[in-house]
Order: sequence, then structure tokens, then C-alpha cells
Amino acid sequence: MLRYLLTRIAGLVPLLIGVTFVSFLVINLAPGSPVELMTDLNPKAGPEVQQRLEKEYGLDKPLPVQYWIWVSKLARGDFGRSFQQDRRPVLDKIKEALPVTLALNVMSLAIVLCVAIPIGVYSATHQYSLGDRATTVFVFVGFAMPSFWFALLCILFFSVHLGWLPISGLRSFDHNALSDVGRVLDIAKHLILPVCISGFTSLAAMSRYMRSSMLEVIRQDYINTARAKGLDERTVTFRHALRNALLPIITLLGLSIPGLIGGSVIMESIFAIPGMGRLFFQSILARDYPLIMGVLVMSSMLTLIGNLAADLMYAVADPRLRKR
Amino acid sequence: MALLVVRNLRTVFDTSEGPAVAVDSVNFTIDRGETLGIVGESGCGKSVTALSIMRLVQTPPGRIAGGTIEFEGRDVLELSEPDMRALRGNDIAMIFQEPMTSLNPVLTVGYQIAEAVQLHRGVGNNEAWDAAVEMLRLVEIPEPGERAGNFPHQLSGGMRQRVMIAIALSCDPKLLIADEPTTALDVTIEAQILDLLGSLRDRLGMAIMLITHDLGVVAQQAERVAVMYAGRIVEEGKVADVFGDPIHPYTKGLLGSLPRIGGPRRLATIPGIVPRLTELPSGCNFRTRCTELIDDCSGIEPELEDYGSGREAACIVARRTRTRGGA
Amino acid sequence: MNGWQRALKNRVTVVGGVVVAILFAVAVFAPWLAPFDPSDIDASTILVGPSAEHWLGTDSLGRDVLSRMIFGARVSLLVGFVSVGIACAIGVPLGAVAGYFGGVVDTVVMRFVDLMLCFPSFFLILAVIAVLEQSIWNIMIVIGATSWMGVCRLVRAEFLSLREREFMVAARGLGQSPAKIIFRHGLPNAMAPVFVAFILGVASAILTESGLSFLGIGVPPPDPSWGNILTEGKATIEVAWWMSVYPGMAILVTVLGYNLLGEGLRDTLDPRLRQER
Repeated sequence: MLRYLLTRIAGLVPLLIGVTFVSFLVINLAPGSPVELMTDLNPKAGPEVQQRLEKEYGLDKPLPVQYWIWVSKLARGDFGRSFQQDRRPVLDKIKEALPVTLALNVMSLAIVLCVAIPIGVYSATHQYSLGDRATTVFVFVGFAMPSFWFALLCILFFSVHLGWLPISGLRSFDHNALSDVGRVLDIAKHLILPVCISGFTSLAAMSRYMRSSMLEVIRQDYINTARAKGLDERTVTFRHALRNALLPIITLLGLSIPGLIGGSVIMESIFAIPGMGRLFFQSILARDYPLIMGVLVMSSMLTLIGNLAADLMYAVADPRLRKR
Repeated sequence: MALLVVRNLRTVFDTSEGPAVAVDSVNFTIDRGETLGIVGESGCGKSVTALSIMRLVQTPPGRIAGGTIEFEGRDVLELSEPDMRALRGNDIAMIFQEPMTSLNPVLTVGYQIAEAVQLHRGVGNNEAWDAAVEMLRLVEIPEPGERAGNFPHQLSGGMRQRVMIAIALSCDPKLLIADEPTTALDVTIEAQILDLLGSLRDRLGMAIMLITHDLGVVAQQAERVAVMYAGRIVEEGKVADVFGDPIHPYTKGLLGSLPRIGGPRRLATIPGIVPRLTELPSGCNFRTRCTELIDDCSGIEPELEDYGSGREAACIVARRTRTRGGA
Repeated sequence: MNGWQRALKNRVTVVGGVVVAILFAVAVFAPWLAPFDPSDIDASTILVGPSAEHWLGTDSLGRDVLSRMIFGARVSLLVGFVSVGIACAIGVPLGAVAGYFGGVVDTVVMRFVDLMLCFPSFFLILAVIAVLEQSIWNIMIVIGATSWMGVCRLVRAEFLSLREREFMVAARGLGQSPAKIIFRHGLPNAMAPVFVAFILGVASAILTESGLSFLGIGVPPPDPSWGNILTEGKATIEVAWWMSVYPGMAILVTVLGYNLLGEGLRDTLDPRLRQER
């Protein structure tokens, strides 16, 4: 197990190097110096300011040298400083935003799993039933639904029309004046829409996947063996089939991480949530290159870690892989 | 009284090309402690017959369209689902062809045996586990206590089939349905498993319905044999009688295709292929491949007819020649 | 039954095909179908709700929403097909080469695919757009350049199995050049799954474009795109619901249409890929 883990981690190193390379390359695709764009936005900055900035960020050096400097700093955990007015370290900004995005996605994934697994199991065990057909329709609509539009509709209905839920943000204006319980409820109220909506597309995908995984499993010989023992359908489904059908779901969870992080740009922008997505979007609008590169590297590292975690979970859950 | 009496069993699969009659007007009986071999090519309805008895035919697309299956005098097809479950694994048990895929990969083999014991005997966890270990010992698995904690992938094919047998026999069934239990195994392992089955039958006194395409296995293990072709039983009788003096042309063909030391160097084959179940010929199902064909074969559906001393066969040609020649 | 007949017997394919055909017609005949000029600013009709004159209402500049949506269909069609075309132009040859040659070539290509899949593609797209000029062409190039990995893997898998088939071996035996074998003998046999992936890819490209436009970094205004109409819709959500509802519906129906067509074709064209349903 330990050896498996170590080889897997060693295998990530070339990918990580590739990630930094691509992140760096993307930013330097732009014609001209990043500082030009930066100073373009600020009419007060003259040529001497531009030169000072270039020196400060090492932009006067050739690209390979710049890359080397950036990567060797990265390796020491130094993501550089933001181009923006506050000049704060990139890592600090990421540290503030990351937990918000993670918490949001973990919550919505938890809800997605709690809903999608029963739906998938039901559809598979009642194939072609009315409920199964309804699920299929739901899945197709879910796949085609632009998440931002769905968010707008929900805001329109629950916030504007009914006035039940807040439109955006994580806290009300009077948040600090509330009691402890009130504050928790306040945050919870703000979270309902973003959590549910960002899980919507994954819900469709996950229930579809769960259904086909379950259909695959209930055709297996060992399910017939279980029935031949005289077990009732519930035991056959939940004790014998479900466990096997859940295994591929673990992999899917790992694979869905980049999509979730990517999707957080739109969700967090709509709901004004200070997470990675909004941070990234703001860094794009401000052409804050160190921050853009930092978030790119960080998010792909998250993807890699997520995939690794999924593989490990799979190895733990599947006895056929456990003894490696 | 016979243990199992199957009368006019008819099992149909609804396909996009129309209904396929996998099992048609099948009649046979199995007595207590007796081994009945059922032979035929793949797709002739052997396995579907077995699944019909267990009421495990996947519905849809399959369904049991008619007939009765009496087990100890009760029609299995009339039982409620809970009553049927009480029967499955307890009175009638089944082992399948593929030991590699017939065990649940994420559960230990001990658990998979204990589960059946617990269900039908209503004993506690520890007691069921002990019974599972005991069953593993019975099927001659070395170090049964340790093996019980293994997962299927840690066992070889032969071992897994022993586990399957252990599961099937854990509740002391009166009838064991063995669906090609050795087809997927090596020849040496096959012999071991067959020996094991034979000795366990003698010790436990259960009846066995042994499904196989291997005539040698039948000759070795069974007392009586039923030959199936395209969903119907075409000949039935004591193994020695049927193999010594086959009546139906299909049985003759099957026996002729067996290699024998000292026999002819060229094996006889049955010409043609098994017809699709949705496109069965009129009259006798076998007539498209039969070498003894006469005109009436396309008009008359032959029924099983008595040839004395428990022999039955369904062939109008044999009926005429045998009547003229013998009796 | 030939392929077309089978495709026409599949209800899913037909429904999807009809939706896609209507969208094509709307895009092509937009100038004749639109009741108003989509960029006609009219101060007297600012944010007017749906009426007999303006079926789907007007926006904050008094422009007719229906007309803007009809012209928006052109954008989604263009972006969908061009960006997936780019993705295929990258992914198909790479996958074919990787699958045909195997070995080191295969390893290098597949590692590159793995690398690209590490990034949340939406982040990568945003980052590239940040450094490039904002235009519909750049959007299409970027979407294409970040979405070729799926089709690359698909084609590679096809070639891995094709490689050993008799006609490929025979072509090699005749001393034909690898390029000729790949493109003349191999690719035509791998086209069915690529075609399906193409249709499904159009659906997701349209979704991506509308998301980018919604964020204000996609198709630049004043050109109408369903995504950027929704951006305005968000700004005026409390007073003008119609701007938030209708364009999204258009996206939903379009994407649904392409998905249905793709899934239906997958069932008919390639039974091996058939999903249990």
C-alpha cells in the first residue's frame, strides 16, 4: 500500500512540472510585456515606473530565466506577489479563497451523492418504469441546463418573487448584529442556492452514471448467486449490488474535480462568493499575472490530489486492489 | 413420490424479432437422491430450464408462459415470492457455470456462505460463520478457517467452484441444480469437482440436476439422462440405455461425435447449426439437420413417446421403424 | 436497414435532429425572421415586457429581445461548429498518430493529454482570453484548443484496435506510407464515434461560450449572444424577468437538441458504445 502510494506520488511530479510550464506559457502568449497592460490601465505610470516594475518582477530577463526563477520560488512555496494595488502575496489570497470554494463544493457534492445514488439505484432496479423515464428526462435536461441560467431562475423565483432567500453574498448586512445562532442561520440561508445549483449538473451526471453502473452490476453472475441463496431483492440490491456499483463512482468523483473548480467561476461570480473562482475571475479582469499563474497551478494541483485521493479510496474499497 | 415433477414447462423470451421459445413442453421428473443429467448444445434451453425451476428467469424479457413445476407436491410457480425465497438456497440450491464471476468480489467467501446459513437457519453471526468454515472443510478446502476470510480473487477457479458448492450445500438442500459446474475448469480440476459432488451426494442424499454438454460427465455421474434440442426434450431414459442404444437421431449424432479410442478416425458430425429460436422450422425442430428425414417430419410435431423401461423419445421415424422392427 | 433508416427509426435522434435543423434555419435566415434590427436602439421602448409588438420584450436600450436572440443563434452555431472543428483538427490526428504508432509517440501524446486534463478547462480558457484580445474568433480558438483531449483519446482507442485489423496490416504490407494508411485506411473507419463526439462537443462548446459571454468575456457587445443577453438580464433581474428567462431557454433547448442527436446517433452508429438505457 505504501509503495503503491509512493509510486503514485512520484508519477505526479512530471505532471506537476508540466502544469507549471503550461501555466507559464499561457500567460506569456500575450504580445508585449504584462507590465504594459498593467500600466495601460494606470495613466499615471510613466516609462520609469514601467521599468521599475519590470525589474521588480524580473520581466526584463529572457523567458526561460523568468520561468526558472518562478518555478524555483514555487518549489519553496513562494507564489510571488499580486500585481494589484495591495501587492499582497499570491499565496495569502489563495489561502483565503480556497477554503470557501472547497467547503462549497464538498457540501454540494455531499448533497449530490445523497440524491444521485438513490436515484441511480431506483432507475436501474426499475428500468423502463415511469420513474426511470422521468429520471432520464431529468438527466438530459440537467446536462443541457446552463448553470448560470438556472441560478438566475432560482434567484428570480426564490429571492425576487418569493423573497425567501438572499440574492448574493455570504452574509447579510446586519450579520454582526445577529446572535450566534442567527449568524449560522444567516450563512446557511446564503449558502442554500449556491450549494444546490452548483451541484445540479453533477447531479444529472452522477445519477446517470450510478444508473448505468448499477445496471452493469445487476447483470453479473454473482447477483444471480445471491438470488439463488434466497435473499430478498433489497438485500441483493443493497448488500451485493450497491457496493460493487459504487466503486466506479469513486473514480468519477475524482474526475469531476476540475469541472467543479472551473464551474465555481460562474457560481461565485453570480452569488458574489469570495472563493477561488471569483478570485481567479478578478485576477483575469485585472490581468494580475502572478495571481493567474498561481491559481492555475493551485487548481491543477487540487485536481491531481483529488485524482490521487480517488485512486487511493478505490484501492481501499476494492479488495482486488487492496493487497498490492 | 418424485421430488421434482416438471410438466409442460414453457419459457419464452420476448425479443425484438418476436417471442423466442427457449423451453417448450418440457416434461421430466427427478426422484429423491437421484441424479438426472440434462445434455444438449449451448442454447438448447438447459440453463433456462434450471433458472425456471429457481424462478430466476430475468423478467422482462423472459417469462414462464405455461406448465407446472411441482417440488414435493407444491407447484413452485404458484408460490408467493417470500415462500419462493424460503425455498431457494434452502430446499433447492444452484451452482453456476462461471466460478470466476459467480462470487461477489467485494465480500469474503466466508460471509457469502454464512449469509445463506443465517438466512435459512436463523442463527447468529458467529454460529453462521462457524457453519461457513465447516462447509469449507466439507468441500475439502485446506485451512478453511483462514480461507473463510479470503476474497474470491484470492482463490483459484477450482477453489471458487468449491466455495460455490459450499454455498449451495450450506442449508442441506434436497435438490441441487448444477449448471455446467465444470465447464470453465481445467480437466484435472473438473475431475476433482465431479468426484466431490458425487461423494457429497452420497453423504448428504440430495438429488442433483446436472446440466452439461459433456456426455462423459453424464455417463460418469448420472443415473438418468434427458437430451434437449432447441427447447425440447427429445430423448430420456437410463444413462446406460440411452447411451447404449440411442433412439433419437440427435442423440445418435451427439454420441457419434464423441472420440473413442479404437473408434473410427474421422468423427461423425451433426450437419448444420442449431436454428434460431425465433425461426424454428415447422414440425420437428431437428428436421433441418436430421439424416433420417421423411416427408411427415415437416408436418408432425413429434411428442415424447414411451419405449418401455423408462425410455422416452420424440421422433416419428424411430417410432415407425422401431414398431415395425421390434415389439 | 441502412444507417439512415435506422437513425430515422430512433425517436431520440429525430427529435434532436429536428431541433438542430430548426436552429440552422433560424441562424441562416435570421435577417428575414427577426422582426426588428437587433441593434436598433429605441429610447421609447426601454425594458418593455413581452407584448404583441415585442414578443419577448425589450432590453435596457430598447432593443427587441427576440430579434437579438435570433441573431444570437448565429453566434452559438458558429462557435459550436468552429471550435469543435478546431478541437477535432488537433485531437483526431494526434490520437490517430498515437494509436497507430504506439510506443514512445503514444506515451508522449497521452501524457500531454493527461497534463491538459489537470487544468479545470474553464480556468485555462479564461487565462488565455485574459492575455488575448477579446473577440469571437479568439473564443473559438481557445475553446477548441482546450477541448480536444476527449476526441484524441477516442481516436487513439479506435486506432489501437484498427491497427491489428487485416486491411491495415495488408496496407502496411504493401509498403504504403504511414500517413496514407492513417488517413486513407484508418480514419474512415474511426469516423462514426468521432462524428458522435463532434455533435456532443458542439453542445458543450455552446454551453462554454454562453458561460463566457455571461461573464462578459465572451462575445463582445453589442453583437448579440444568448450569454451576453443573460448578463444584462442579471443586471435587471428585479425588473425585467423576460431577459433572464428566454435566452436561457434558447440555450437549454439548443444544447438539449445536440445532446439528443448525439446520443441517438451513438446508439445507431456504434452499438459498441451503446450505453445501457
